[in-house]
Amino acid sequence: MSIWASIVQRDLRIAWRRRSDALSSLFFFVIVVSLFPLGVAPEPSTLRLMASGVLWVAALLATLLSLGRLFAADHLDGTLEQMLLAAEPLWLVVTSKVFAHWLTSGLPLVLLSPLMGLQFGLEGDEIAVLSGALLLGTPVLSLIGSIGAALTVGLRAGSVLLALLVLPLYIPVLVFGAAASGAFASGLTVTPHFSILGALLLASMALAPLATALALRISLE
Amino acid sequence: MAAINWFKFSSPHSFYPLAGRMMPWFLAASLLLSIVGLYVAFFVAPTDFQQGESYRIIFIHVPAAWMSMFIYLVMAGWAGAGLVFNTRLSGMMARALAPTGAMFTFLALWTGALWGKPTWGTWWVWDARLTSELILLFLYIGFLSLTAAIEDERRADRAGAVLALVGVVNIPIIYFSVVWWNTLHQGASVSLKSAPKMATTMLIGMLLMALAFWMYSIAAALLRVRSIIREREPRAAAEV
Amino acid sequence: MLAAQSLQCVRGGRHLFENLSFAVPGGTLLRITGANGAGKTSLLRILCGLLLPSGGEVLWRDAPIRQQREDYWRELRYIGHLAGVKDEFTAEENLVFAAALSGIDIKSAAAHAALDQLGMGKFAHLPVRMLSQGQRRRVALARLALPDSNAALWVLDEPLAALDTDATDCVLSLIDARLAAGAVVVMTSHQPFSVAAALHSISIPV
Repeated sequence: MSIWASIVQRDLRIAWRRRSDALSSLFFFVIVVSLFPLGVAPEPSTLRLMASGVLWVAALLATLLSLGRLFAADHLDGTLEQMLLAAEPLWLVVTSKVFAHWLTSGLPLVLLSPLMGLQFGLEGDEIAVLSGALLLGTPVLSLIGSIGAALTVGLRAGSVLLALLVLPLYIPVLVFGAAASGAFASGLTVTPHFSILGALLLASMALAPLATALALRISLE
Repeated sequence: MAAINWFKFSSPHSFYPLAGRMMPWFLAASLLLSIVGLYVAFFVAPTDFQQGESYRIIFIHVPAAWMSMFIYLVMAGWAGAGLVFNTRLSGMMARALAPTGAMFTFLALWTGALWGKPTWGTWWVWDARLTSELILLFLYIGFLSLTAAIEDERRADRAGAVLALVGVVNIPIIYFSVVWWNTLHQGASVSLKSAPKMATTMLIGMLLMALAFWMYSIAAALLRVRSIIREREPRAAAEV
Repeated sequence: MLAAQSLQCVRGGRHLFENLSFAVPGGTLLRITGANGAGKTSLLRILCGLLLPSGGEVLWRDAPIRQQREDYWRELRYIGHLAGVKDEFTAEENLVFAAALSGIDIKSAAAHAALDQLGMGKFAHLPVRMLSQGQRRRVALARLALPDSNAALWVLDEPLAALDTDATDCVLSLIDARLAAGAVVVMTSHQPFSVAAALHSISIPV
């Protein structure tokens, strides 16, 4: 089996054996989203207006929370060091780890988003736009986040620092992702938003693993 | 043309005395230019017929905003050079520039707020440029906190360099997204785009201030890089 | 086969060593000695390409390892002071994954046999979480017993620490066999040991 597939399989297996970790960031997402109506007002018109923004911000935070899992445990037990000496380029190893991370953190958010959309009184096609945008956007969050996770691996103040580094870089995804729903609500086409999200995904797929690989080598020196 | 070995100055050992010799000149130039620039700003430039005297804050605001962006670019340039050539000085320069860049970003935001209050009656508008400036401040803060959190200096330099490069790739995308977001919500905010037509003296004042800020940034970076060298490589600093 | 050219290592402002050069042919064991904190682990990590030396170069088959990267690592097996095994996995799963990382595809039967050699056969299906420190160490070392014809360089950081006599003998015989196959083995060890092959020793001065 190729290294790529064995790392994905390994990380999925670890996630399964420690499924409470993945579940807690998912519950975090649900709780944060549910807090907004309590904090603002349960009026249907207000809720519908802010649904996409709230879901996106919550998705950003939940991804951030789960990024700690990406490299930290492997760093502590020395398996990350072994991955740096793998027989395939490190960026390839990184893509497989990020892919597994997205499968266990981003994808569940996407699958859960229709339910959260219902909480905010969204209609069927509005939910489709929201979940579709999340489907394109959450892999970008995992990819960009991996750079921050690699830079902060092994640092004492790692998790807070990670938020400082990564959140500003998430802004374009947040803007275009949330705006897709806004555009749809005002009767405009969402094609440009989805195209830009797709472009962001392709660009981060091409560049982020290289930066992450470099950052890992620096952090593990 | 005689070949100058630029790499000679890339070693902290030979750069330390050079920086020490150059620093006072840049500081003096910065003081002189600020005095002239502020004189032009306050006494020569005409009063704006729409905004009155309060517009004069742009003589600080605009050059500070220019510098904040420019310093990030220079920082990323040093960072990239450091990663490619593996020179110690590059990382030191990037880290010496960051506080000055963050300071100018903060100054641009602060003066922007001061300018906004009399002009639009609000301290903060979610204008594209102000928002981008705020995000730039976040990027600076990220760089400063990351490099401060890492104890090993080499790792700090190199990790900071990766972050600065990632930031520089992202800045155009972030800027584009913010501008786009802003045009989308145009009705909700006030646009800064309709800047008043500028008199020549205003432009001169602004350029003088920008030059003064340049000189100040160089002086501050040199001063800071000298203290970094003293701290990390006492040998390089002591033998002078 | 493995050579170092005037290596220099500066860590956290401390000059650990400089001007360190050596060259060892295939079939040789290179033992690195030095006091605690002299930089033995740093040297091993430099030889692996994990740590960039502040100066100098590591050569493998006469070419700098910086340029060979994955090609070099395909031949290198490194066992550091961290075991590099996952708590959530069984000993056997850990071995299969470690082999996959090095680009070799092994069946679980082969992994089981390797664990058997180190006396860990009966624990092969237990999660590593349930094993003691010494047993984890053996799981890590069982990588050396895998059928692995690519491995031409072993870099071992204190492989004999915390092992009982049986396990020590087993690891030493594995090292002997690998040396006989023409590989280079670089290791640190606080305790005395003997091997049949040529032994080259360098000491890092404090």
